[in-house]
Amino acid sequence: MAYSEKVIDHYENPRNVGSFDKNDPSVVTGMVGAPACGDVMKLQLKIGADGIIQDAKFKTYGCGSAIASSSLVTEWVKGKTIEQAAAIKNTDIAEELALPPVKIHCSILAEDAIKAAIDEYKSKQAK
Amino acid sequence: MNYFELFKFSPAFDIDTALLAERYRELQRAVHPDKFANDTDQQKLLSVQRTAQVNDGFQTLKDPIRRAEHMLSLRGIELSHETTTVKDTAFLMQQMEWREALEDIRDSADPQASIDELYQSFAQYRAQLTQQLTQLLSSEQPEDALLAADQVRKLKFMAKLHGELTRVEDALLD
Repeated sequence: MAYSEKVIDHYENPRNVGSFDKNDPSVVTGMVGAPACGDVMKLQLKIGADGIIQDAKFKTYGCGSAIASSSLVTEWVKGKTIEQAAAIKNTDIAEELALPPVKIHCSILAEDAIKAAIDEYKSKQAK
Repeated sequence: MNYFELFKFSPAFDIDTALLAERYRELQRAVHPDKFANDTDQQKLLSVQRTAQVNDGFQTLKDPIRRAEHMLSLRGIELSHETTTVKDTAFLMQQMEWREALEDIRDSADPQASIDELYQSFAQYRAQLTQQLTQLLSSEQPEDALLAADQVRKLKFMAKLHGELTRVEDALLD
């Protein structure tokens, strides 16, 4: 199966790989996994007091499409509000990266990672 | 198609694999297309279809993950093509740590010792999951079937990890 140029670009030069200090109170983490392929994805967001996402980092163990999906998402969420980030759909990711149907689950995983991180943010805010 | 019925097994997760192999050979002989060489085209076609069924049934029952998936599918829970996301943070953290440990093997002072240690940790955790799964699958409660599905998902992650570890070990030997 041929990967699109955008997938290869993100796979070879992944943006924002790594981790933030998880003890930093402005950092939230979304952990998700896809049982079908065993992929594991960690997305961390650094969110300011104004609710704007200042920075994002990811660590993904999985195929090229999973890595590209999470890399793309870290670029997209920066500068966005929580609401804007939560509105990112897997179809947007799949379209941008021209993912084939068998790799759509990678974009679903990336969308769910954003949602998981935002859920943690909301539960932190509620405390 | 209920493969447990086809192979005359009671639908339990614990299965006698030697007996399974024996029944497979019997069934294969009974439906083999060569036996129907002089029969009608319809009979021949049926024999080819039955043979495919018997082969698929054997592969399904032989593999613990596929066997569990089959049991759950008989109860209306389809796992084999799902795109469900797992969100169990503690479990996923452990997966991440194990993936990181796999990456570190190359730089370790004694790679084989690290590999053996990981094989042991994986085997221990898989045994624990399998034991819980066996129990959950023996229950008739619908909520236990849902819990069993979660255990199967975890076993799939472990199968992936095991494969990755084998790959690292093979690369080390090259």
